[in-house]
Amino acid sequence: MSHSSVLFDAPGPKARRASLISSIVTGVVIVGGLAWMVWTLAQPRESGGIILPGFFDASRWNIFADPEVWQFIIFDGVLGTLRAALTAAVFAIAIGVLFSLLRSSEHAWIRVPTSVVLEFLRGMPVLLMMLFILLVLDTGSFWAVVIALSLYNGAIIGEALRAGLAALPRGQREAGLSLGMRPLQSKMLVEFPQAFRQMLPIIVAQLVVLLKDTSLGFIVGYTELLRVNMNYLASFYGNRYLFSLFVVTLVLYLIMNLSLSWFARWLSKRTASKSSGARLDPDNPNQAILMAEATAAARKSEDNSPR
Amino acid sequence: MDAVIENLPIYLEGFRMTLLLLVVSGVAALILGTIVAAMRISPIGSLRAFATVYTELVRNTPLTLVLLFCAIILPYLGSRLDYVTAAMIGLAVYTSPFVAEALRSGINGVPLGQAEAARSVGLGFTQTVSLVVMPQAFRMTIPPLINVFIALTKNTSVAGGFFVFELFAATREIANANGDAVIAILLAAATLYLLVTVPLGILAGRLERKWVVQR
Repeated sequence: MSHSSVLFDAPGPKARRASLISSIVTGVVIVGGLAWMVWTLAQPRESGGIILPGFFDASRWNIFADPEVWQFIIFDGVLGTLRAALTAAVFAIAIGVLFSLLRSSEHAWIRVPTSVVLEFLRGMPVLLMMLFILLVLDTGSFWAVVIALSLYNGAIIGEALRAGLAALPRGQREAGLSLGMRPLQSKMLVEFPQAFRQMLPIIVAQLVVLLKDTSLGFIVGYTELLRVNMNYLASFYGNRYLFSLFVVTLVLYLIMNLSLSWFARWLSKRTASKSSGARLDPDNPNQAILMAEATAAARKSEDNSPR
Repeated sequence: MDAVIENLPIYLEGFRMTLLLLVVSGVAALILGTIVAAMRISPIGSLRAFATVYTELVRNTPLTLVLLFCAIILPYLGSRLDYVTAAMIGLAVYTSPFVAEALRSGINGVPLGQAEAARSVGLGFTQTVSLVVMPQAFRMTIPPLINVFIALTKNTSVAGGFFVFELFAATREIANANGDAVIAILLAAATLYLLVTVPLGILAGRLERKWVVQR
């Protein structure tokens, strides 16, 4: 349904002009609304008889001219966030690989407990998991953030990889076995690399979620970007800079997350053009896993049909 | 275990707030998300662009930052909303692009041939959409939407870090008061969350299997 023009007759010159005009009008309304918001924020405000400068006044932004502030933001904040995200990403992928292999095992006594654990990990808030690790294992806030994020995202990556394994053509496994490989060898050497490549965009998209969730460290007391900016710097320089610090935090997060999201999308396009398989949408992991599962189900029913 | 039973009223109070957050912000996100999805497929270019930018920006902002904005920056800018309402707004705004994406991918998931076939047998725009495309898009949409609500259930816990007394905040309080039974207390809270998320997950999985294979 990507070409919605199928739904109605091709618009004539009149309809096209009408849509162009309404497009310009709504565009003006949207830009006007945004401009009004910015203008309102920029107005000086009165509080308890004192006139305070507007939010875009230079006196609210002058701390950012100080390199020491940026040193704080970059080295304590951004690096703290990236350190936790990177460590958790490595563990999450390792855990995901492990989960996917256990979950697609041939023995029920491995498969069933694994799926119970996965269900448990996926159904619980990450924040509660962080609190659990912090209080029970007493690891300190860095490892609480890292372990909780690795377990949670590992469970999701594991599920994606399992769907990828199930969606492979059966002939891959049969070919491996017929060459004399053992089931595990065939899985590791033949099937898994293909599933991993197929699911790579989904995994990277999940890493965006992981990167975003490091900000939960703010609540459990890990020193990352949000805590450095909104707690340390805001209390050091005073309330006056609260808004400007928030804007800077938001922009830094958007830069990090958007670049990773775009990387996931680029990766997805690349894998789609390389393999003949359908393109999996990294914006929609559920949908993508669903598609892989549907492929698997279709393959299964094909195999069962009499030839 | 005694600590859990003793504090059951506090748990239930927190759990009620969690459910309230889930229902109110869920409905609000559904409405907001439908509007955004409609904007994204509308013929008006500027609305489409606005919705795309909105989706992209909100989806790449951490929820903690959104709720921090609602709980700390909004009062600072002069709003007089209480923390619960502010958290509901924050959760609804954060969830809306995910709802919009689920709806849009449902509509995109209907093969083009369906609409072409409907048009070629002489159905008009309204008939094509209401009789052929929407019934199929709807069933493609429900399982991903349930998944969005599962995520929302878990996300309500973040509001507990910003002055809203829901299940996570209640758990933290109980755990701080009873340092000797932390494991039982946290497991009880996890159970309450699982009570919501697991049935929803099973429902989503069942609907997915039932509806996808039929295609």
